[in-house]
Amino acid sequence: MPLLDIESLVVEYHTLRANVKAVDRVSLSMEKGHTLGLVGESGCGKSTLGLSTIRLVPPPGKIASGHIVLGETDIINCSDEDIRKVRGKRVGYIFQDPMTSLNPVKRIGAHFVEMIHTHEPEVSEQDALKRGKDVLERLGILPERIDDFPHQFSGGMRQRVMIGLALALGPDLLIADEPTTSLDVIVEAQIIELLKELKESLKLTLILITHNIGIVAETADRVAVMYAGRIAELGQTGDLFEKPMHPYTQALLNSVPNITKKGQVLSWIPGAPPDLAEPPPGCLYHPRCPHAFDRCKKEEPLLTKCNGSQVACHLYDKR
Amino acid sequence: MSLRSYVIARILLTIPMIMLLLTFVFLVVRVLPGDPASLHFEKQVSPEMLLDFKRRLGLDKPLIVQYFEYLVGLLRGDFGKSMQDFSPVSQQIFSAFPATLELAIFSSIIMVSVGVVLGVQASRSYNSARDHSIRVFGIASYAIPVFFLGEVVIMIFAIYFHLFPAGDRIYPGMAPTGLTIGGLHWSSGLFVLDSILEGNPTKLGVSLRYLFLPSLTLGTVLCGIFIRLTRGNMLETLQLDFVTAARARGIKETTVVYGYALRNAFLPILTMMGLQFAALLAGAVLTETTFSWPGLGRYLVDRISFRDYTAIQGVVVFFGILVAMVSLAVDIIYAYLDPRIRF
Amino acid sequence: MKNEKLQGRIVVQLLPQLRNLRQRGLAGWAILIGAAIVAAMAIMTVTSPWIRPYDPIVINVGPILSPPSAQFPLGTNHLGQDMLSRVYSGGAIMFQVAVLSVIVCLVVGVPIGLFASYLGGYTDKVASLVMDSIYAFPGLVLAIAIAAMLGPGVVNMALSIAVVYVPSYFRIIRSQVLTIKELPYVEAATIMGAKSRTTLFRYILPNVIPSIVAIATINFADAVLTSAGLTFVGLGLPVSTPDWGWDLTYGRRLLPSGAWWVIAFPGLMVVLLALGFTMMGEGLSELFNPRLQK
Repeated sequence: MPLLDIESLVVEYHTLRANVKAVDRVSLSMEKGHTLGLVGESGCGKSTLGLSTIRLVPPPGKIASGHIVLGETDIINCSDEDIRKVRGKRVGYIFQDPMTSLNPVKRIGAHFVEMIHTHEPEVSEQDALKRGKDVLERLGILPERIDDFPHQFSGGMRQRVMIGLALALGPDLLIADEPTTSLDVIVEAQIIELLKELKESLKLTLILITHNIGIVAETADRVAVMYAGRIAELGQTGDLFEKPMHPYTQALLNSVPNITKKGQVLSWIPGAPPDLAEPPPGCLYHPRCPHAFDRCKKEEPLLTKCNGSQVACHLYDKR
Repeated sequence: MSLRSYVIARILLTIPMIMLLLTFVFLVVRVLPGDPASLHFEKQVSPEMLLDFKRRLGLDKPLIVQYFEYLVGLLRGDFGKSMQDFSPVSQQIFSAFPATLELAIFSSIIMVSVGVVLGVQASRSYNSARDHSIRVFGIASYAIPVFFLGEVVIMIFAIYFHLFPAGDRIYPGMAPTGLTIGGLHWSSGLFVLDSILEGNPTKLGVSLRYLFLPSLTLGTVLCGIFIRLTRGNMLETLQLDFVTAARARGIKETTVVYGYALRNAFLPILTMMGLQFAALLAGAVLTETTFSWPGLGRYLVDRISFRDYTAIQGVVVFFGILVAMVSLAVDIIYAYLDPRIRF
Repeated sequence: MKNEKLQGRIVVQLLPQLRNLRQRGLAGWAILIGAAIVAAMAIMTVTSPWIRPYDPIVINVGPILSPPSAQFPLGTNHLGQDMLSRVYSGGAIMFQVAVLSVIVCLVVGVPIGLFASYLGGYTDKVASLVMDSIYAFPGLVLAIAIAAMLGPGVVNMALSIAVVYVPSYFRIIRSQVLTIKELPYVEAATIMGAKSRTTLFRYILPNVIPSIVAIATINFADAVLTSAGLTFVGLGLPVSTPDWGWDLTYGRRLLPSGAWWVIAFPGLMVVLLALGFTMMGEGLSELFNPRLQK
């Protein structure tokens, strides 16, 4: 049985202009121990998807329809108390910006104690602090620093603290939402290494959300490419990188400069992502797609199986 | 700049302000109508009587001299003499003031608690019917003339339901006597405080019962701005990343709202309380009249009907100085609490 | 090529933001509803001589203190005057006082605000000091002092209220001017050689207008409430003119005998009028200074 099962999830943002579908009929499932890379450009809905798994979509966003099942819990319909118990204990969430994600007036130790107390109130403060220190040590931070304030840490270390907090209660699922976007490249590499190592040793199920394809290549078992709220392609990492099927995936991979190829011209994808308040008819990508034909302008492509992966593109849909 | 230099600078600023204020009131009362003394008398009065009257009040001297006597007198705590019986206005001021102070304090309590609680409720259910109705209430409550609300409140709670008294501050014999040590008395004039000091729970109960309706009225009319302030502050803070991150860790919603977000709003609320003090005093004038509350406001209104212009001047000056002092204190406390101001 | 093109045209912020009020969420609705209430009451007051069933001043048109009935839908007061007619006509004084005080504030406060903050230096410091001193005062208390000395009358009430509110105008204008003064396009104009007067009137003033409109509207509301307050403490007008404030004040004394209708209906009118103006003012403020964009 999969650990996380998302089925036809639709998340809408109600704005004055229109109802925008930030996530449009996305289906995914995660087996235990697996790592999924969720890739896409800014605004494609990947963060919203991540937040939906713990029902933290910020208003005016709302989960409109679909199913999300974590183990045996119905995430969408369960009570407020139940979802609260899921957060932190069964699902650990790492946010993008460690600078603003920690409470500036609370010591790191207090963050740990608060969280542990919320979920395991019988644990004494001393024990909670001890656990926090253990976690910090595991992540390469001196345990004494548990008494420090967030601003006393560097960006990379703060992110380690966030990872520590996310893992402190031993969750089954870890969701990392752009964990390295606000860090410099060297620190980024360290954090990714750390995540890989933790994944192995703790047998984590990991969803890695990012716009950086590079990170996904070395950490994920499977990759899902999102565009404008929908999944464009979903497949094994190796397959996707060697033989990308969806034109968008191809374009994404092409736009990553290759350090070994000399004289390469930087390529980009012409056009801009669609305005979701007034989406184009048919396939959302067709205005920018070099292979678009008539059917693309009229009919929305559905995810279909092809060569072991899934693609939402009429090029592969022989019907 | 350090706290000390800020305080000094602030005090230096207050002095000219108070001077301007005093001058302004002087101009209004002594210069504007021409001759406050003759204005006082309804019927014609003989020139000798008028001169004698003026002499007793110091109104016969040239304006410049009057102005200096006025300023010097204030330094000594002399707020002038009443036109009615030539008694010192300061006496009346200081005996009536504690009642107004007590009303102001309790109205503030209601104003802030109702405002903050409603503001928090509104922010938690953003854009819902509850949010909108709370916001409308906040605006509407200010639009109601306080004396109208007072009458409505009296009709409902005092006359129809007999829950609370319809006016006055206490009934005879129930006035608390305050602290008594040996044979020495000391009372603050604040009945609630005095009854606690006296150790008399019955008197405490009675004092509170009399205080309730007027404070409720004044507090309700002024709570709107606190609703708005709290709501705005909460909405901003609740959007911040660390709040979402805390929720993602499963922290209880009440802890998030009250522990995290409300702490941010604390300082602005405190400042706003200071700013609202003037409005409280203004509102107290009308509230005291409606509820026959024996405070400075009612005294002022009283004096108007007697055309006692010198007394009016004294009370107005007192109010002005009081507000100036309070805002000075608030600014200093704020600077102390918020390091950003001074550094 | 005339200087017109170089100076550019500052699009007055008023126009685009006031279009499509219905779509602008709560603020837009507030303005519309508020304006509707105010307009309705203004129309009622202006047309009152024709629509009222009785002359509000004439006494004993009906029995004394009779409750609302078919003949007198809002009852009668202690002088036998018809309350409905009094309610129709009672807004006249308040409207006059409010309008007059706003005009005085605009005429006095706006120029002082503009010039003091634009010129800066001592002018600004002195003006700010004077304005702050007045602003610090409890509004009603100051109005009482002035009204007491000036005596009864519409003009005097309006003046008292105006004096109390001029500092608010000054402050708002000053903070706006100070901000706009620093903006690059104003600097650019000065560098290009625009005269001070030009800069002030063509660049700064149009951008200050929205705030002025907002504060003037709220001023209306406060004027209504303050005039009611002044009447309540006895500084209103002579008894003969029908006035909600007066009915409110006198109606108090009639309450113990159970005649609630004398105070209730005029009171409701005052609340509605103040509410209407306040809603407009709040809506306008929020439109021109959006705080929380979701």
